[in-house]
Amino acid sequence: MNSIARLFRAREAGILVMLVLFVAVVGLIQPRFVSVDTLRIVLLAVPLILVAAMGQMMVLVSRNVDLSIGSILGFSAIAAGMIFRDHPEWPLSVGFAVGVLSGAALGFVNGLVVTVFRLPSIIVTLGTLSLYRGLLFILSGSKQIDPNDIPEPLIRMAQTSPIDIPWIVIIAFAVAFATWLFLTYTQVGRQIYAIGSNPAAAPLRGIRVMPVTILVFTLSGALAGLAGLIYAARFGYVNPGITGVGFEFTVIAAVVIGGVSINGGVGSVLGTVLGVLLLGSVQVALPILGVSGFWQNAIYGAIILIALVIDRTVRQGGLRGLLARGGA
Amino acid sequence: MNSIDKSPVASTTPRIVVREAAAPRPRWQVLLIRPETVTLLLLVLATIVASHLSPFFADLGFILESSTYYIEFAIVALVLTLVIISGEIDLSPAAQMALSACLFGTAFKAGLPMPVAMGVSLLAGLVMGAFNGFLVTVLRLPSIIVTIGTLILYRGLAQVLAGDKSIGGFPGWFVGIDYRMVGIVPVPVLVFVAASLLLGLFLGITIYGRQIYQIGTSEIAAIHAGIRVRRIKMGLFIASGITSSIAGLMVASRLGSVRYDLASGAELTMVLIVMLGGTYIFGGRGSILGTFLAAWLLVIIATGMTVANIAINAQLTVMGLLLIVSIIATNAIYARSQR
Repeated sequence: MNSIARLFRAREAGILVMLVLFVAVVGLIQPRFVSVDTLRIVLLAVPLILVAAMGQMMVLVSRNVDLSIGSILGFSAIAAGMIFRDHPEWPLSVGFAVGVLSGAALGFVNGLVVTVFRLPSIIVTLGTLSLYRGLLFILSGSKQIDPNDIPEPLIRMAQTSPIDIPWIVIIAFAVAFATWLFLTYTQVGRQIYAIGSNPAAAPLRGIRVMPVTILVFTLSGALAGLAGLIYAARFGYVNPGITGVGFEFTVIAAVVIGGVSINGGVGSVLGTVLGVLLLGSVQVALPILGVSGFWQNAIYGAIILIALVIDRTVRQGGLRGLLARGGA
Repeated sequence: MNSIDKSPVASTTPRIVVREAAAPRPRWQVLLIRPETVTLLLLVLATIVASHLSPFFADLGFILESSTYYIEFAIVALVLTLVIISGEIDLSPAAQMALSACLFGTAFKAGLPMPVAMGVSLLAGLVMGAFNGFLVTVLRLPSIIVTIGTLILYRGLAQVLAGDKSIGGFPGWFVGIDYRMVGIVPVPVLVFVAASLLLGLFLGITIYGRQIYQIGTSEIAAIHAGIRVRRIKMGLFIASGITSSIAGLMVASRLGSVRYDLASGAELTMVLIVMLGGTYIFGGRGSILGTFLAAWLLVIIATGMTVANIAINAQLTVMGLLLIVSIIATNAIYARSQR
């Protein structure tokens, strides 16, 4: 147990070192990268990914994956945006509720299909990725939500707050803190780890795998829904064909850099937060370094593959274990 | 019933329970609940519904012409069927199509002669497939996540290569493969039919075909039976890469230009065709015939929806739903039939 605890600590320390090294190297090449302004840009880039990453992290810990969060984000943003547009007299909280609850409902459907029919989540969510995208086109009538439809208070949440840090940043870190409390101090939170470490053994220890897994997908959907509202606040418009497309890959990249194992059972909130910060820094650093934005996806893909190899290396006990013959 | 079962001494001596083996299912039942049969029935049903939607639809020439868009993905789906039967998955073919087509376009723009540019594209497919295979068979990483990673990587590299511009200006003989006809059959459809026959024979009658099924049914048993599991899987990933680059060239020919977002989102279409055809997502079961029929089912459904004036974006709903329903159905069928 002790050695496992040490490994966790080592993982997060490793990510932190990578983050510091990255900032240092970029800062050496382009000194203006290390500044309060950059920090502010990174902090603004982070909430969208961070909120959804908390959900995706829980899904990965339970040994599943959710590819549909990009479409859920788009769906929730459209649903909330339509409330804002059609009923400007209603309070902001109604739009928030619609966004988060619609996300939760879509996540619930994912969880239900995966658990009831015992299907691999990757294929199910590949299906719902398109299903939900199609539904949001039907819901929105292919019309986008314009900046003047989005209420002023929501836009302000991406800019100001009492303590000079935008509200959306505070919300995102509050979500991360709540996730940490949930995973560390509740029984259900620990059960998610147990299910991911050994799905066959979990029911033998009295864990009800089905409801817990459904809950994990529902939470992931709800958080993607919240991310949809953050998207609307930050960008001021929602386009059915663009909003959230490919978002799942960004989030998975961030979570995997954060040391969450895709084989389930392993992952921490702190690591995920650091992973998101590192990815956010990469995003901000590319244009500052004069690298074309076209490189972004290639870098994400490479990051996921490198993280996979590192993860496997750690578990196999070094490179020799990694390349050992036998098995398949 | 057996007398041993009822005897009073059974309480003192260990009970011997004799169970009769279940009677074999009648052959017609086995055939009827095969997923391929379901696909065929759906195909007939969809054709009837679609021809009621529009009188134009009942024209074979029209269906063949409009099939060329899906046939490119169906060709890749044939190889993907083998990959899934072997117990792995490849989600990266659509991205491989884009990258190899963009490499082809870039090579052509750089002044290389067409055959060389096409060679570059095929070589790229081979390298990409081998890279997937290396990560899966040598580093033993799960193919499902590996190919998500390479899908983003390959698509990203295509974006680096082509930017957001399209590359075109290919010579006339290369452009418009979907308008080259043999009778009323467009060339891509012929390629698909030929590839189906070839792969169907390969899977059905060669030793390698049987070994792919064995690997998918139980990999450990296959290793102990002396099957070269890694080598076969490597071969399948490379085949997937090369086929993707051929499909990428066909798209380039059909559109007359290449862009980095070529075939974007097509991983859904490919997986959908394989799943509709009744290939078991957990490996070990499936057939080329099923994938062949499913490709036509998809063509009929998609064309039918277009004829019925359903917007392309709304069609996504139906495609997603179809994928989920078909894997649930296939699962249910295989859970019922004897393993």
